[in-house]
Amino acid sequence: MATSALFFLFAGLAIACAISMVYHRNPIYSAISLIGVFVSLSVLYVTLAATFIAAVQILIYAGAIMVLVVFVIMLLNMDEDKPLNRLRYLYAVGGGLGLILLIQTFFIFYAVMRAPKQAINEDVTVGNTLSIGSAMYTEYLLPVEIVGILLLMAVIGGVILVRKLSQPQMEMVVNSELETRNEPAESDDYRVAL
Amino acid sequence: MEPSLAAYLALSGILFTIGAVGVIFKRNAIGMFMCIELMLNAVNLTFVAFSRYYSDVTGQLFVFMVMSVAAAEAAVGLGIIISFFRNRVSMDVDDASILKN
Repeated sequence: MATSALFFLFAGLAIACAISMVYHRNPIYSAISLIGVFVSLSVLYVTLAATFIAAVQILIYAGAIMVLVVFVIMLLNMDEDKPLNRLRYLYAVGGGLGLILLIQTFFIFYAVMRAPKQAINEDVTVGNTLSIGSAMYTEYLLPVEIVGILLLMAVIGGVILVRKLSQPQMEMVVNSELETRNEPAESDDYRVAL
Repeated sequence: MEPSLAAYLALSGILFTIGAVGVIFKRNAIGMFMCIELMLNAVNLTFVAFSRYYSDVTGQLFVFMVMSVAAAEAAVGLGIIISFFRNRVSMDVDDASILKN
């Protein structure tokens, strides 16, 4: 009973926070709402007896990713999102897509409701850190290694993307850019010749 | 009495829909990025729900993988956003149109 109450409370909170994230134009409000979604999802993971995932959800999402996002928002001093004045047809596209996805969701809901009732297994050791750790380092060792390489690539990529070019390098880039912009005629001829 | 599997799936579907619609409606790059994070989280919820109802630890393991990929995506994506802001002094994705001509 308590699980049910927790589920409905935090499911409602998650949906409300998600809607508020899409609704607000100020990026900081959006970010705070998204943190609300993450925290309520973490509580839902606890109701599913996945304590390790719940802790990791708070640590990685609310602790690391959102800190990075809020940091970038404040660093860039972003103003509010401008209202959508052109590309108005995107409202129709987005609404239609959302409707299709919702219908699909309720079809899944219907199908699962009709399926024979899955008896819930009372074995709560499935979600604990020991079982996840032993699966991670025996059966799923290769994916873990691949994720390690992916994270290394992300670190290197992030550093290279954000790095400021030194002055001579910057001049080289700017000069090559200017050269290509000053010779549009030649490039046109080239295209015709092709 | 526990909430049924279908309830978790419905919640996950609703969150995914909100995220997908948000990606289309948002104009600034950070907003789109956060909507993508929301969609990833909705998928994680289905993984954990199935893992619970079928007593299989694999689902939770893959949630962990998805989180790692999301962290990598955050690092690279925010790097791209910062370098875009340096060049254009704007966050509007409509301004990223230099390849158009």
